[in-house]
Amino acid sequence: MKMNNIFVYCELTEEGKVADVSLELLSKGRKLAEQLGVKLEAILLGKDIKEAVNQLSYFNIYKIHCADDDRLFPYRTLPHAKLVQSVFENEKPEIALFGASSVGRDLAPRIASALRCGLTADCTSLEIGDYEDKKAGKTYKNLLYQIRPAFGGNIIATIINPETRPQMATVREGVMKLDPLTSLNQPQIQEIDLSLLTSVEEVVRIIDRHIDPPKVNLKGAQIIVSGGYGMGNKENFGLLRTLAAVLGGEVGATRAAVDAGFCDQERQIGQTGVTVRPKLYIACGISGSIQHRAGMDQSAKIISINNDANAPINAIADYTIIGDVVQIVPKIIQYYKQHSK
Amino acid sequence: MSFKIIVLAKQVPDTRNVGKDAMKEDGTVNRGALAAIFNPDDLNALEMALEARARIPDAELSIITMGPPRAASIIRESMYRGANNGYLLTDSRFAGSDTLATSYVLAKAIETCQPSLIFCGVQAIDGDTAQVGPQIAEKLHFPQITYAEKLESVDTKKIRIRRRLERGVEMVETSLPALITVHSSAKPCRSRHAKLLMKYKHARTATELQEEKRDYTELFKKRPDLLIQEWNADAIQTDMACLGLNGSPTKVKKIDSIVLTQKESKVFSNADTDIEQLVMDLLESRVIG
Repeated sequence: MKMNNIFVYCELTEEGKVADVSLELLSKGRKLAEQLGVKLEAILLGKDIKEAVNQLSYFNIYKIHCADDDRLFPYRTLPHAKLVQSVFENEKPEIALFGASSVGRDLAPRIASALRCGLTADCTSLEIGDYEDKKAGKTYKNLLYQIRPAFGGNIIATIINPETRPQMATVREGVMKLDPLTSLNQPQIQEIDLSLLTSVEEVVRIIDRHIDPPKVNLKGAQIIVSGGYGMGNKENFGLLRTLAAVLGGEVGATRAAVDAGFCDQERQIGQTGVTVRPKLYIACGISGSIQHRAGMDQSAKIISINNDANAPINAIADYTIIGDVVQIVPKIIQYYKQHSK
Repeated sequence: MSFKIIVLAKQVPDTRNVGKDAMKEDGTVNRGALAAIFNPDDLNALEMALEARARIPDAELSIITMGPPRAASIIRESMYRGANNGYLLTDSRFAGSDTLATSYVLAKAIETCQPSLIFCGVQAIDGDTAQVGPQIAEKLHFPQITYAEKLESVDTKKIRIRRRLERGVEMVETSLPALITVHSSAKPCRSRHAKLLMKYKHARTATELQEEKRDYTELFKKRPDLLIQEWNADAIQTDMACLGLNGSPTKVKKIDSIVLTQKESKVFSNADTDIEQLVMDLLESRVIG
């Protein structure tokens, strides 16, 4: 039986560019498509999307399904859901990938529900593999393994959708590697029929919006000084800002530290935050839950500073300092200043 | 007919405070070791719903929760904070439901209530999927407003909500009915009200009444509002093919416990000489500097 193609829903940034998370998914989608011997297709909905369409020439995309209309930007659930659903109903994708952003997490479940197909949120890895259903005596070839930490990160689950299509998954920004090709290709352009949109899709109106320019660029930082709940309080967390400033890095945080109010959410690293791959990651007062490690374990060098010698983070650290982080960080600053000249 | 508001709430294991005994020796989760709590985002949703009810004359606020019989405590907790009543969806045939099957059951229950507004948390801490809210909205053909942070205005015809996005905020308005998923950055839930606690502390489901030693018959005759409704799969007329494992397109292929691959880690003490040595190592290998 011939397998259908892989689709990536591409979302647009405020500046009218294709979002990084979508480009990362196109990079992953291309590799999955090669592995399965199928083609990669993209969906792009917005207004004035010409420039964005041009951005999609480096991913060996076979076809872009697009629509250019005032009603499609800024993103609203119902018009996007209606059009994406119609594309999926016509094209019957094998796999459909969405960014796990405020857009993708709003849209993907609505579509999965309408098509009655399975959806896995916040995958940290996507692989292709087989599945043998022993009870039913059936073997499924080349399914999408949707891999994610589950149950508060105490386990890792591999989820599959044996029967329903598309196999849908959302993935956070930074989890997949951005890997455009050097050679250009010219995707076919397929205009989506806008007459599908009716007044029903217009019930939600955007009255006003304030979108800030991006402030922190954790993904691009070479050095990240990151703090966990073990920092104790907001004042102690300030020490990490000093260390980051001295080393020329950025400050990151665990979800527990963000929840405790030590740090802004935009600096959260982990499964439900940003995934980073810096040259050096200094983990301060971080025990190292699987969700946090999923966002930083590909760092080139990891230093853990922790008073618990058995903290799970130490197992993946290149250097571990056992002791009170509040005393140790100022010493690092001191010795760095002393020796760096 | 009065204006109905539904809040969807879930009882979840407190995965944020996982102790050392949360994992069994064989690597499986020891659910018994985790406390069952009111899902945090759902408390924000309850607060927003209570605010909405205050602005609409004669509005009624009901809680719906799906879970085992002990999840009735979520409904009582909501009543102590101002909910009018609640429904517990409990049936062994619901077990094993993924988000799609869960949203099907909840949508069927909601249909019997005919609400104008539904509030729920963006996500539950045991799964973090954020899928059930939008999936219910789709099944009911309601518009959805996700990531709600503030209730700006509401009347019997429309609602205006401020949404929290990654890089900013957005004000949106929709006509009713509608489903709103409420973000953790929204106003925290008010605490229990002493009077309501006294009023509803004896609220029980039929299952709980059977286990009570004391006889509640007289009390419940006088106070029928103390009975928390329990609904099973038949009460909400569900199609068995859509429930539990049968109704769940996603399957768990395997579960791995976390195995840490130990790196060759250099361990330093907090002595000054050790820290100085580490800084010099890093400078030498050009990791910093």
